[in-house]
Amino acid sequence: MFGALADATRRDIVRRAMEGQEGVAELAEHYPMSFAAVQKHIAILEQAGMVTKERIGRRKVVRTNLEGLRIARRLLDEYEELWRGRVARMTALVADETKE
Amino acid sequence: MTVTAVRKDPETLTMTLDAGFDASPERVWQLWADPRQLERWWGPPTYPATVTAHDLRSGGRVDYHMTGAEGDQPHGYWEILEADAPHRLVFRDGFADADGRPNSDMPINEVRVMITAVGGGQTRMSIESVFPDAAAMEQLLAMGMEEGLTLAVGQIDSILAEDTTASTTGR
Repeated sequence: MFGALADATRRDIVRRAMEGQEGVAELAEHYPMSFAAVQKHIAILEQAGMVTKERIGRRKVVRTNLEGLRIARRLLDEYEELWRGRVARMTALVADETKE
Repeated sequence: MTVTAVRKDPETLTMTLDAGFDASPERVWQLWADPRQLERWWGPPTYPATVTAHDLRSGGRVDYHMTGAEGDQPHGYWEILEADAPHRLVFRDGFADADGRPNSDMPINEVRVMITAVGGGQTRMSIESVFPDAAAMEQLLAMGMEEGLTLAVGQIDSILAEDTTASTTGR
């Protein structure tokens, strides 16, 4: 379920769900995989707060949570900074030793 | 050498970062495998890490805490899923209570480290880090980051547990 293909599928689901027109069954038709597999990707996205399911009349559509995406983007930027700091300290450690 | 590539996927809450080192894979592995070296880079100078247990084998554990300027000591641990020196390390990073017991209410993130020789005495280290949800990422960032930064992300506090420690604004 993980890896590049899963990631690409989830990104695509989030992109399609921005319009909030399609339900799980309709979304599943876009991908060369089982309904159950697509359903699982959507469940993971829902749990992560990236999409929500909304009832429109008798239908249930999947809609992207734009606020969730925006927050995730900002948190990832901070997380990147955290790792850049770590890499800088690692680099300094390795360099120090070479000099000694 | 330093960070050579970063890829961030908000949809999947994943960050991939590549860094280049002027050293062998064995040397880069030591940064992870030697607890005294790990202490010198895991936390920022304002939040140094202390490693209290370190068993870098599949199924092993690393226990650590960080110490803030206010004397606060958030605890964390790694659950080692795969360790193949000097090339591959996969672990879950989680929060622990003051006794070092994993706090299972707290979300966890999974980190995959790949260390590869790229020729010319250079080594590439790739980090892939995946979070289960945004709240987990916020919680992790709040642990051992400079105050100013974490305050800026306070928006989704409401989804987090009541565990927000007092900040040092408005003194």
